[in-house]
Amino acid sequence: MVMPFTIDADKEQIMERALDVRGRSLWVDARRRLIANKAAVISMIVLGIVALMAIFAPMLSPYAYDSIDYNVVSCSPDWWPDATVMCNAGGAHWFGTDAIGRDLFVRTLYGARVSLAVGLLASFVSLFIGVTYGATAGFIGGRIDELMMRFVDVLYSLPFIFFVIILMVVFNRNFFLLFLAIGAVEWLTMARIVRGQTLSLRNKEFIEAARASGASTQSIIARHIIPNVVGPVIVYVTLTIPAVILAESFLSFLGLGIQEPLTSWGVLIYEGANQMEVAPWMLVFPALFMSLTLFCLNFIGDGLRDALDPKDR
Amino acid sequence: MLPYVIRRILGAIPTLLVIISLAFFMMRIAPGGPFDANRRLPPEIEHNIKAAYNLDKPIPQQFLIYVGRLAHGDFGPSYKNKDFSVGELIEEGLPVSAKLGLSAIVLAILFGTCLGVVAALHQNKGTDYGVMAIAMFGITIPTFVTAPILTLIFGVYGLSVFGYDISLPVGGWNDGAIRNMILPVIVLALPQIAIISRLVRGSMIEVLHSNYIRTARAKGLPNRVVLVRHALRAGLLPLVSYLGPAVAALITGSLVVEQIFGLPGIGRYFIQGALNRDYTMVMGVVIFYAAFIILLNLVADVLYRVLDPRVSFD
Repeated sequence: MVMPFTIDADKEQIMERALDVRGRSLWVDARRRLIANKAAVISMIVLGIVALMAIFAPMLSPYAYDSIDYNVVSCSPDWWPDATVMCNAGGAHWFGTDAIGRDLFVRTLYGARVSLAVGLLASFVSLFIGVTYGATAGFIGGRIDELMMRFVDVLYSLPFIFFVIILMVVFNRNFFLLFLAIGAVEWLTMARIVRGQTLSLRNKEFIEAARASGASTQSIIARHIIPNVVGPVIVYVTLTIPAVILAESFLSFLGLGIQEPLTSWGVLIYEGANQMEVAPWMLVFPALFMSLTLFCLNFIGDGLRDALDPKDR
Repeated sequence: MLPYVIRRILGAIPTLLVIISLAFFMMRIAPGGPFDANRRLPPEIEHNIKAAYNLDKPIPQQFLIYVGRLAHGDFGPSYKNKDFSVGELIEEGLPVSAKLGLSAIVLAILFGTCLGVVAALHQNKGTDYGVMAIAMFGITIPTFVTAPILTLIFGVYGLSVFGYDISLPVGGWNDGAIRNMILPVIVLALPQIAIISRLVRGSMIEVLHSNYIRTARAKGLPNRVVLVRHALRAGLLPLVSYLGPAVAALITGSLVVEQIFGLPGIGRYFIQGALNRDYTMVMGVVIFYAAFIILLNLVADVLYRVLDPRVSFD
């Protein structure tokens, strides 16, 4: 009767050792990988600064975004290297002034507000529609799934930005509708991703293993299905935001987006492009801010994908 | 193959009908008619105008009339350009847009493929990272930023290399002179070069690691033959299925490019129509482009099946 005793002792020892080993969750792992990615970290810092500047825009400059000053029309900033410009704005016009004497620094930041807000809101609209649609299709499966995905295929083949343009024409550039429309355009890929994940997860071995080891349906969904769907969804959302910002700016550039005196990067770039021969700063600063933000968002998206995709480990 | 093509064409008809009805009804629920001028017209004249454009009939009947005319290739009259039909305006803009788009796609495929193959051959080395950085740039920076900035550099400031003036015109069509086309085509092609080079790099890396390439190398074929005859064929296949989306992206891009460079293509008529609420014009262009994209997707699918023996026609 010695054997059981030693087994028990071994067991105790093993349990003790097991307690020493702290399991690392998917998220801890992902965070470590993300922090190791320099481009993503730098992008997050830069993006954070741009966002903070956008939020606190009214406090950063003595000028209001819509106050017109005809004494400084299309004036360059103090430090502009080209000395042949017509006039010098001076004062706190760090980015110079636009064609009717409004401060470009404040307007660029207000453009950031609109662009970022539209980007976030429209991405959430697309997230909501895409996840609901994709999860439903994947969960129900069969004929209904086939039909639902066929519909997505049909929509995929459309030049969708044209329909957003029609919407803006029909409803007269409503700001609320703008991001709703863009969000409604961008949900297709999201739906495909979520549906694919749901479908493939249902039959995965590790789900079967969890079920075999007696895990309840609830805990399988909470601990295995959701984390595995959330990863790709988060990645796709971060990549949707720049796409949405682009779409909004594209519309604004064509004169179909946000209306005066409010502004967005697309509008500012359009105005800048019209004035670039006499006042290149009107083009350069908004273009720079927008490009920087898009770069950051793309790098963060790529970083998140590398961090969250366990296959690439 | 023929049954497959016929089935796909039949499948495209409902898609097209969905597009037409979507465009039609969205336009019809728009507040304010196309003839709401500042000057109020006498009711009889207004009635006559509406009758001339069939606007006095019930909406379902208007829809049927519109679809019936479309079936004969008639997009109806333009509401704002009084003496032109939408079809005539599209016909006028088409050569410009087509020349622009075709040049851009050829340029994009040429450069994109070369960059992608070079990157794949030097995977995870300096060249690869360089190409991918350029690609990131091309994907991130939108057309409406690259267009004015390139114009600023090459058009406004002008450049001279070894005493030769290489500045380019900032806009205008000039009957499609090459000098006028360089900047618009480059701007239009840049994002596509970026996307195609990424695409080709990915698929080439996969192909180069596959067993049959190893076999080809093992039996002693020279590197060039392995690359050109074996790897490229499979590696460029994804390009075929990217054809549809690429053209859709080019059409979207051409809206901006035609606007910035003042080119008389379809895109400019479309934007003018959208800003002037010229409903028939906008609808006509959307339907025209949608049909074009559907057709190209169809061609791409058929071509893919012809080129890839692993995919059957069922």
